[in-house]
Amino acid sequence: MTRRTPLFDLHQKLGARIVDFGGWDMPLQYGSQIAEHHAVRRGAGVFDVSHMCVADLKGARVRQFLQRLLANDVGKLKEPGKALYSCMLNQTGGVIDDLIVYFLEESAFRAVVNAGTRDSDLAWMRRQAAEFGVDIVERTDFAMLAVQGPQARDKAASLLAPAGARTALALEPFFGREIDGWFVARTGYTGEDGFEIMLPAADAERVWTALNSAGVASCGLGARDTLRLEAGMNLYGSDMDERTNPFESGLAWTVALEPRERAFIGREALEAIRARGPQRKLVGLLLEGRGVLRSHQKILVPDAGEGEITSGTFSPTLERSIALARVPAAAGTRVQVDIRGKLLDARIVRPPFVRHGKALVQ
Amino acid sequence: MSNVPSDLKYTKTHEWVRTLPDGTVEVGITDHAQHALGDLVFVEVPEAGRKLSAGEPFAVVESVKAASDVYSPIAGEVTASNAALAAEPEAINSDAYGKGWLMRVRPSAAAGSALLSPEEYGKLIAEEGD
Repeated sequence: MTRRTPLFDLHQKLGARIVDFGGWDMPLQYGSQIAEHHAVRRGAGVFDVSHMCVADLKGARVRQFLQRLLANDVGKLKEPGKALYSCMLNQTGGVIDDLIVYFLEESAFRAVVNAGTRDSDLAWMRRQAAEFGVDIVERTDFAMLAVQGPQARDKAASLLAPAGARTALALEPFFGREIDGWFVARTGYTGEDGFEIMLPAADAERVWTALNSAGVASCGLGARDTLRLEAGMNLYGSDMDERTNPFESGLAWTVALEPRERAFIGREALEAIRARGPQRKLVGLLLEGRGVLRSHQKILVPDAGEGEITSGTFSPTLERSIALARVPAAAGTRVQVDIRGKLLDARIVRPPFVRHGKALVQ
Repeated sequence: MSNVPSDLKYTKTHEWVRTLPDGTVEVGITDHAQHALGDLVFVEVPEAGRKLSAGEPFAVVESVKAASDVYSPIAGEVTASNAALAAEPEAINSDAYGKGWLMRVRPSAAAGSALLSPEEYGKLIAEEGD
């Protein structure tokens, strides 16, 4: 049985092509996914992300719980509203999920986890939380919208009353705040500025329609994928999973090994991997000519062996194909990719590929 | 619901065929096919002079989602192909039966009953869940 968000009926009314994403019926595109991509880079677009799971974590020892649970350190979160991007690891250092956690107040944090892993994530978190006496409540009363693009914050704030709008526009990047019944966070998955908004499910249709009227384009999962890949952002399940560690997934920057006394789940495994030296790395790839890089295509690395594309697509901003790929740690800049039996030249580049709407690579 | 013009013939593999006044035949992919593929980003068309058999792949259309071979509905020789698609592959999405034409062929034999009528093609795509 596929699941549906509170916006499913509206997506159908708007003419969306619906696909199964991780067990959810979600809009792939409403017309042209390339047009939706450009709308976000040039103006503003709105995405339904209600399939993701919002979980409230409460208890006197919630901070210690999260310092054990997560590879990044919530000890860094000192100001209420501040967010942190982190991996959640298993005992062998494999990635169970990537998530964002918000510090709300001393005994309350909020986590947002991926749709495809929400049930197993919650089960894992509840098991680990037991010894800390932390309560975990799934906020199924929320819908969630991502409004992204250079005009996104202004247009989203225009739906709030004047005082609330001012508060929303004053939010710093990676901060979230309760405003007039919404939780507004200045976060996103597109490489553009914008908000991710948690709001009562019953209001979702009205707010989406009001955003459309304010000039915010309806955007689906197709555009979401091309935008996040241009921005060099990982997708759980493609670029990393339980069998890969953060060091070979481009996520070493999200692992806080300091302070050394913080015993988080997976720490010992990561220290062993770091001591041996990771065997593989996640890199960006740019296809030199025509064609499209796709997941699981094989990569030949001169004098180093083989690798694999983890996520690939056509970049509407660059008008060429880009990808993330896992290759031997010794890989240099030139590789070849096996695309339907032909070996095509590709160049290793450091993501992101696009920032503030401009190409960072030639 | 996909558009199925009544003045064309079709194949089971979602190509359309238009007979031109000079006896050559124009070929493209249908509205149903372009919709299934999504936004097209690259199109490879054949060179003029190439000889094709019926059912032979003659072009590749690549969308963000997938690459797909396009099959020749008839045997014959390519007289022209749509070079404009190199710069504007999305013409196939917006105008599959017009600006999205892929090639023109001089048939070497009568096409015969292998081609589907608009009604037969409409039924085929309805069964596929158009």
